[in-house]
Amino acid sequence: MERDDLIVNESYALNAKHDEAAGRQIRKKLYTVTILLTVITLIEVLMGVAFKRNGTFAWEAIKLTFLVLTLVKAAYIVLIFMHLGEERKNLKYVVLLPYAIFIMYLIFIGLYEGISMQIGHNIFG
Amino acid sequence: MAGQTEHVTTEELWGGNRSPFSVSYGKMMMWFFLVSDALTFGGLLTAYGVIRHASSEPWPVGEQVFEALPGLHGSYPLVYVALMTFILIVSSVTMVLAVEAGHRMDKKGVVKWLGITIIGGFFFLGSQAWEWSHFIHGSGGGFQINRPMTVAASDDAGNTYQITLENGSWVHMTSDFGHKYEHAMEAAEEPVSHDAHGGHGEHAAEAHEDIHSMVPEEIILNKYTLEHKDGKDLRKLVVKGEDAKKIWSAMESGSMAFGANMQKNEYAIQQQYANFFFFVTGFHGFHVFSGVLINIIIWLMAVKGTFEKRGHYEMIEKIGLYWHFVDLVWVFVFTFFYLI
Repeated sequence: MERDDLIVNESYALNAKHDEAAGRQIRKKLYTVTILLTVITLIEVLMGVAFKRNGTFAWEAIKLTFLVLTLVKAAYIVLIFMHLGEERKNLKYVVLLPYAIFIMYLIFIGLYEGISMQIGHNIFG
Repeated sequence: MAGQTEHVTTEELWGGNRSPFSVSYGKMMMWFFLVSDALTFGGLLTAYGVIRHASSEPWPVGEQVFEALPGLHGSYPLVYVALMTFILIVSSVTMVLAVEAGHRMDKKGVVKWLGITIIGGFFFLGSQAWEWSHFIHGSGGGFQINRPMTVAASDDAGNTYQITLENGSWVHMTSDFGHKYEHAMEAAEEPVSHDAHGGHGEHAAEAHEDIHSMVPEEIILNKYTLEHKDGKDLRKLVVKGEDAKKIWSAMESGSMAFGANMQKNEYAIQQQYANFFFFVTGFHGFHVFSGVLINIIIWLMAVKGTFEKRGHYEMIEKIGLYWHFVDLVWVFVFTFFYLI
């Protein structure tokens, strides 16, 4: 595995300069991501208008699709717009891992407690 | 562990003079701030999920509540909020274009793109203000009934059902009647002491009479819900004529609510929905507002040539991180408050 914890060049963000040709390429990528995010949002809105929530399996699947599309959008924003994809591996982990661990725990405990609140409400009114 | 050696030259070794993350201190601290702020928003959205999950009352549906456009009548579900989302995404793109221009030391490009970002931020804030205003004023208002009854109600397709309403059911007025009634109520509540200032009292007395003779022609059931909860169909139904009058006469006094505030709302029997909407979108709006202020300060610095003198435009990158984060939060707020 290639080591990436060694400083082999001046790759600080403040020194990260590029020329017009590289800039053109970067802009092209940014416009592609813009179109992608817009299209995903459009799909989400059309789905939200078209499908009615009714507690069936179909609605559960649509809900899951919304979550997946949201995470795809979030990933593009974080990795491309916020340039986290281009940062060093250790910075990526320092940012993403604590968040992932804490938020998964929070969601787990939230759903768990939410369900027991619902059960409690059903039993005790 | 022992016995593993790797040969690296002294130039390659991290000597402790610089960040092992290969980013400057400021940028790293911005990342750490964003992680903690993301946890705050994650906590708020999870709390919203818990309360929604635990609520035994029906939860309002996004496309039923948010279906208005400024200056237009009729139903345009989610169109306005889609527009807001689009504005924020575009302002995020112009921000990243400003960062790219900064990497080329292109002052003109930075000033242009950051300027457009600020305008986009103002557009979003204005949209949110309108959205809040619409949410607070509501459309038509609703009230609780104080006795159970059976009424005939029809859906959009014209099918008629016999619906049994429980004691305490929440019903809605049409927006035309509701607004008229709200005005009549406000006029009736006007204090009589205004009398001296040009006949207001007389006017109020008139309105007071008026309010008692007002009877709605239509009452709407399940205006903001769709969900089948406990096997119940909660689709929007309309009650007309005598049955509407019957519901009207069973109005629980003091239960009427127009729009939403921190105590009452017309959208649901429970108050949590409105309170979470106010708090989470308000907290996000506050982030956008601070973002716009910071962007303006940095824009002025860019115009003055501060970063040109400094030799790099990293500051644009740092505020860019914050601005993209605001966009990122909105993506989740949009999903949880409007779609799901």
